[in-house]
Amino acid sequence: MSTANPPAPSPRGGFATAVRRNTVDRIGDPTLRVLATLASAVAIAVILLIAYKVLAGSDTAFSKFGLRFLTTKVWNPVTNQFGAGSFIYGTIVSSAFAMLFAAPLSIAIALYLTELAPRRIRRPVATLVDLLAAIPSVIIGLWGILVMAPFMENHLEPALHSVLGWIPLFGGSPSPYGLLPAIAVLTIMAVPIISAITREVFETVPGDLKEAAYALGATRWEMTRMVILPIARPGIVGASILGLGRALGEAIAVTQVIGGAVAINASLFQPSDTLASRIASQFQSASGTVYISSLFYLAAILLVISLIVNIGARLIVRRGIAA
Amino acid sequence: MSATTGSPGPKLLGASPRRKRVNRTMEVLSSLAAGLAVAVLVIVIGSVLIKGVSALNLDFLTETPAPFGAPGGGIANAIVGTFLLVLIASAIAVPIGLLIGIHASEFARPRTSDAVKFALDILNGVPTIVTGVFIFGLLVAAHVDIFFVHLGGSQSGYAGAVALAIIMLPIVARSAQEVLGLVPGSLREGAVALGIARWRMVLRIVLPTAAGGLITGAVLGVARVAGETAPLLLTSSIASTAVSWNPGQALSSIPVSIFTLSESASPADHARGWAAALVLIIGVLVLSVLARSLHDRSRRRLRG
Repeated sequence: MSTANPPAPSPRGGFATAVRRNTVDRIGDPTLRVLATLASAVAIAVILLIAYKVLAGSDTAFSKFGLRFLTTKVWNPVTNQFGAGSFIYGTIVSSAFAMLFAAPLSIAIALYLTELAPRRIRRPVATLVDLLAAIPSVIIGLWGILVMAPFMENHLEPALHSVLGWIPLFGGSPSPYGLLPAIAVLTIMAVPIISAITREVFETVPGDLKEAAYALGATRWEMTRMVILPIARPGIVGASILGLGRALGEAIAVTQVIGGAVAINASLFQPSDTLASRIASQFQSASGTVYISSLFYLAAILLVISLIVNIGARLIVRRGIAA
Repeated sequence: MSATTGSPGPKLLGASPRRKRVNRTMEVLSSLAAGLAVAVLVIVIGSVLIKGVSALNLDFLTETPAPFGAPGGGIANAIVGTFLLVLIASAIAVPIGLLIGIHASEFARPRTSDAVKFALDILNGVPTIVTGVFIFGLLVAAHVDIFFVHLGGSQSGYAGAVALAIIMLPIVARSAQEVLGLVPGSLREGAVALGIARWRMVLRIVLPTAAGGLITGAVLGVARVAGETAPLLLTSSIASTAVSWNPGQALSSIPVSIFTLSESASPADHARGWAAALVLIIGVLVLSVLARSLHDRSRRRLRG
């Protein structure tokens, strides 16, 4: 069969090669199929294995502290008392504020890139925003601690304090480490993710709907508000949740700027810690079963949160695109 | 997509001044947002460039770290370490990712490949620090023998590389799935009609056609994990300062070095941190830009 017509990919023909080839093919086909299937199975197995290992590792801490761990605000390796309360608080506050800034910024960037920017600068600007996502978090953290945090301590935080100091969030004295730089760092890291997806969603909005709005006399903003945003809403929500997932799990850059304190402070100027940054900053020095197991427990909490967030976001994005 | 006109903009004949003002404000705000994002990028890269260049020289690339307090020294150990870690991680993640792509485009039923895609997306969303904890539990704390390599009891380059491979896998696999899906069915049918076996068709027609996109995925994966710090902190960070080519021991890496230097109180260490960051950022940005241009080119070719 394979010798019937010459322009086969391998022109070296001949009866002997053809026979040998058939034998190889009889092995080759199933081999490729089995290997490919195995590889796909690996992808699923890895996820399950991660969940199993992280949960198994937190077993000791779980049996010692139980669910109280989630609300206990203590981290004391000397007395072997551990709890995640303040880290959960730090994680939620830092990520929530980061989303508060990142989501509107990203929507605005996506609008600029799809509706406003002159054609010629669209691609370059989009590329630059995407490149922001490519900068390793440790470098954002380095910049955060050495450039941004001193600026915040000396200029931004005093200014915020003097104007808005009556709000507890901006109370207390400025400090080089704290929630505010962490929020800034997380915002920087979430914006490229959210704006990239939002941009894609905006581009799927049918042009005739936009033109219809214009034909009715809408301004560009009115068109955006009445056509683009309603259609893109599920996509925007999904994108924001994906960005949130990124912010929740970011360890390194946050560790560098947040100050690593076991405390719940109303003030954004004060040091705090998140689940991810606590693991990053403690693991190297951790010793003792309960101590290490408590870090696994933190990882388990983080894993559960990020699984919920990610699965939720994918479902929303998928539904939004299907609709 | 063609509908996103660089819209000449409505003429706003009947719009009241207030509506025009609101419109204008929103336009200005969203332009400012884009400007802000670009400005942050420029400031971050600019800081790294300005502060890194002054501390960067040939010695910095070829020497090992100076003893505590001494001047000079470099990050040769970290450069070698990062090279080895990324090499091993790629050797694991690229073939598996490619096979996952082949599975989706050639063998799997749609439902199966959807499930695999979902698993990969979830894997992509697992915080990298959790991946580090996982590998710590699997290959650092526990003792394992994989073929003739004994792991466990301590950190190792292998453990770090496996952690990086897990982070790289979804990136490589998802792009392979996507790119292989774009290879026209007519090419496959043509090949099969000529009597070629399926596996040959995959290796000689499908993969070469999609080569550009597949390489893009791999390069993006490399760019991503070359800068990863969190998983290495737990799996391959307590390393000697000598240059080591042995992944059986913990290897130093550029990101972990930057992290350690940034946590130091000494300005000399900060200068080293900036220089190391410059080395890393050049590498990562070159890879990202390369991946982007490869991506655009192969897309154009495949879409025709």
